[in-house]
Amino acid sequence: MKKIIMTGTLAALLTFGGLSVPALAGPVDAVVESAWSRASIGMNRPGAAYMTIRNTGDEPVTLIGLSTPLAMMPEIHETKTNAEGVSSMSAAGEIAIAPGESVALEPGGLHAMLMRLQQPMTEGETFPLTLLFVDGGEVTVEVPILGIAARGPED
Amino acid sequence: MRRRTIAGYGAAGAGAIALTLFVGWWRVDGPGAPEPIGQRPMALTEMDFRLTDHEGNEVGPETLIGRPTMAFFGFTYCPDVCPTTLSDISGWLDDLGDEAKQLNVVFITVDPERDTVEAMAEYVSYFHPAIRGWTGPEGQIARIADGFRAAYERVPTEGGDYTMNHTASVFLFGAAGRFVTMIDYHEPREFAVPKIRRALEEETEGAT
Repeated sequence: MKKIIMTGTLAALLTFGGLSVPALAGPVDAVVESAWSRASIGMNRPGAAYMTIRNTGDEPVTLIGLSTPLAMMPEIHETKTNAEGVSSMSAAGEIAIAPGESVALEPGGLHAMLMRLQQPMTEGETFPLTLLFVDGGEVTVEVPILGIAARGPED
Repeated sequence: MRRRTIAGYGAAGAGAIALTLFVGWWRVDGPGAPEPIGQRPMALTEMDFRLTDHEGNEVGPETLIGRPTMAFFGFTYCPDVCPTTLSDISGWLDDLGDEAKQLNVVFITVDPERDTVEAMAEYVSYFHPAIRGWTGPEGQIARIADGFRAAYERVPTEGGDYTMNHTASVFLFGAAGRFVTMIDYHEPREFAVPKIRRALEEETEGAT
């Protein structure tokens, strides 16, 4: 846990506020921009993180999962609101991103659902989130934790 | 042989599409369409429920009548829609400034099992101070949701937990308790504030 906080502090120092560090790892040509999340109340409630994933390569990339020391069950979920105004959430499955395209994880749509938190999400800290792609590629990003009432990465 | 199989699949596919279209028509425009009048929320004066606010006060429809009301259903274990809507509401209230002071603003849980009075108190404290959090026995939650024509449903998730599907629209009532309009989820902010003003203006109409 201490290690996570240390990394978080370091990343916070490096990023100087709301911006996340686009990190590249493995052979995936994908970058993560404007990552942010909301603080949690304790550890019982699931958290959510948002970001834009851009395919900078010439080949399609397919996001298949997430991994983070913060949560035991991180998954890409999608909120849908039907014609009657009822919202529901479900696992989004694989997400293919065409070359040059990007996918936005934003409130009310796709989001990284962080289930089974291992520690509370504290405003001002960050946590590492690894995006897992088909063929074993990975991209890890430090996600800043904003206030519970944050509406976007600039809040 | 193979061609016949493909033709068979084709026919089955076309049949499935036709059935889907028919079912869609039946439910949206056909005889199975929901009665529009029946979908409109009741006036607060016609509702009957007893709940508890996040400070432990007993509340009911009479708590709201007399001032315009903005109300929303959700639950505090909701990671996406509910914090987003509560932040939106907080932003609208900030935009309205002093005008917002005449409004009742209520967040009603559809998950009373986890959302106790204490849980609601902590949760609403992170948002605009005008927002009240209401909870209560499951039967009373069902009554208020029925009055609002709001839907909710408990959905099990992997690992034995559960989430709630629920109506995510924000409801607006005039001071006399009459339903004015609702703000749908995803509706741009520039539409929301004028709608709230309509509910605020309804107050004077209701009083005359």
